[in-house]
Amino acid sequence: MAATEQTIKQVNTLGSSDYKYGFSTEVDEIRPPKGLNEEIIKFISAQKDEPEWMLEWRLNAFKVFNKLPKPQWAKLNIPEIDYQDCYYYSIPKSLKDKPKSLDEIDPEILKTYEKLGIPLKEQKMLSGIAVDAVFDSVSVATTYKKQLSDLGIVFCSISEAVKTHPELVKKYLGSVIPVSDHSFAALNSAVFTDGSFIYIPEGVRCPVELSTYFRINAMNTGQFERTLIIADKDSYVSYLEGCTAPMRDENQLHAANVELVALDNAEIKYSTVQNWYPGDKEGKGGIYNFVTKRGACRGKNSKISWTQVETGSAITWKYPSCILQGDNSKGEFYSVAITNNMQQADTGTKMIHIGKNTSSKIISKGISAGKANNTYRGLVNILSKAKNARNFTQCDSLLIGNQCGAHTVPYIESSNSDSMVEHEATTSKINEDQLFYCQQRGLNSEDAVGLIVNGFCKEVLQNLPMEFAVEAQKLVAISLEGSVG
Amino acid sequence: MLEIKNLHVSIEEKKIIKGLDLSINKGEVHALMGPNGSGKSTLSYVLSGKDKYEINDGTIDYNGKNLLELDVDERANEGLFLAFQYPMEIPGVQTSFFLKTAINSKRKYLGQSEMDALEFAKLMKSKAEELNISTEMLKRDLNVNYSGGEKKKQEILQMSMLSPKMAILDETDSGLDIDALRIVSEGVNKLRNSDNSFLVITHYQRLLNYIKPDFVHIIADGKIVKSGDYSLALELEEKGYEEMSQTA
Repeated sequence: MAATEQTIKQVNTLGSSDYKYGFSTEVDEIRPPKGLNEEIIKFISAQKDEPEWMLEWRLNAFKVFNKLPKPQWAKLNIPEIDYQDCYYYSIPKSLKDKPKSLDEIDPEILKTYEKLGIPLKEQKMLSGIAVDAVFDSVSVATTYKKQLSDLGIVFCSISEAVKTHPELVKKYLGSVIPVSDHSFAALNSAVFTDGSFIYIPEGVRCPVELSTYFRINAMNTGQFERTLIIADKDSYVSYLEGCTAPMRDENQLHAANVELVALDNAEIKYSTVQNWYPGDKEGKGGIYNFVTKRGACRGKNSKISWTQVETGSAITWKYPSCILQGDNSKGEFYSVAITNNMQQADTGTKMIHIGKNTSSKIISKGISAGKANNTYRGLVNILSKAKNARNFTQCDSLLIGNQCGAHTVPYIESSNSDSMVEHEATTSKINEDQLFYCQQRGLNSEDAVGLIVNGFCKEVLQNLPMEFAVEAQKLVAISLEGSVG
Repeated sequence: MLEIKNLHVSIEEKKIIKGLDLSINKGEVHALMGPNGSGKSTLSYVLSGKDKYEINDGTIDYNGKNLLELDVDERANEGLFLAFQYPMEIPGVQTSFFLKTAINSKRKYLGQSEMDALEFAKLMKSKAEELNISTEMLKRDLNVNYSGGEKKKQEILQMSMLSPKMAILDETDSGLDIDALRIVSEGVNKLRNSDNSFLVITHYQRLLNYIKPDFVHIIADGKIVKSGDYSLALELEEKGYEEMSQTA
């Protein structure tokens, strides 16, 4: 349990209100010039030694990107993004020739992960969690590979999967999020750099939590992560991703695409703890987190469950969704989104009911403090063939202070009279009497807020894997520091 | 322990406490009795540090410290405890977790290490048993869907676990049936010792049959109008507040 302890200790040391993941690491980086064009895409593809079909796929996506306008539906104030003023690829020089083992990795990079509380050395590894770590554009290491491969489980970086499992990548990449879905999805498809690939074979229950840790280190660099998880028939996998970035005055772009595919009777549990740098109190700097996450319940009785704890980023734009194609399939979305100071979040989910007896559950907890704005935006769409479909949605918003905003925008479309859709929503202010009560028992005001907010988020946090639930609880408290005067 | 001198308090321009003096020594139990609106609860909030109350005049000395300069949590960690008349519900926070957080906040303030899980569990179990509180209740969210009696017992449990120097009981007897009243009072009596003090605020003499005070004060219109020993409470029960306030 060394790794958990280290992680917890790491979080414990996060005493003051500053962003403690804000350090950067001194490593030599290989970077092509700034800008977005076919040459850059060819460069990325060549750096990764990709097959021809992959390059063509990227170039096609770039053409699509050029035709698509920026999505406009969110209640966000997004400054115009100059795609030409951004680096699209950056890797530490020492990772150019892919290290064969952890011993060959630049100790500086390992130190970075250690500082983050994610020790990669296997002897330190927390039993039960396999980690893939992505540093800027490349995957640093995947632990536990051998043990997993004995079960037939593939857990590697997507770059590697393109070479080693091209048939799976060709079949599923872009099958859940079409390249033309919207401009961020197309951009990611054109320039994606790394991310995780997971394949769980038929009948296998993955015995450990699989996890990826993303880190943006280099300046002016976008991170375009691409993750693809396929759970074959009767399989199960639980996956967790964590993310941080150094403090920078400039905004940095993170546009990820995550696709999940669950076949008959398969279950995928996907958890995110997102703590990208949120910018300073005045709103300077911070990550633009434009993420497309979508899961397809293709098989009957399949299940996909999203759990997210979103505390970081200057702007979060994210709607992890489920396409419930298989009969009796289930989709779940549990979300905690915290915005403080000048942060903005527009997040929610889409549940598309296609198969019979499909059901979905949405539990969203939005917390706003400072001058932040927090929007829940969710679509429940029940198509005509989705006989007997069920949805339950609960959206609760909590306001701290009187300069922040909470918004709830549910879209409900039902084309089937057998279906049942429930929506409950509440908005409340943090209760002064509750705070006083906790303080009278000796908690300082920040601990009191942390306790009450964690209670408010409990339904969501308890869905996280145990080890990370503890970390997430501390993160919730830390994100709100300084929010009560 | 506690020395209140010439205290004047108002809320939103309205004067509530008008020149109150009260001195409580170590090991003493004082009862404060008075009609509705006399300033009883205001006094408990002012002592515990709730904001919105304006201190217009007077001083409060607490173990040699100026109480009015301490934050709410500092006062609590210095051993001042308020058993609330209306304990707050905190959804999603398990009662046992809340107790542990409170205990460890105090230990941290005092520069002590956190109480280990086993020690905490033992302490909680023994204290809960004394108050006839089931372990099932400790797993529930704090005060959520508790009955009135359960909430009051919970307050006394917190009190006994935090073992305060100065405990203020704000109408702890209201809403309690006879059995609960007896259990709660026994809980308080067990805590009494020569080092701590109690201020028991109540409307009714009934509670004082169980918790025998050393001193009884009658408060009316923001001032203490009469002080005496336990017999004053009996006299009050007979004559009523109106007569007692007038004879003062």
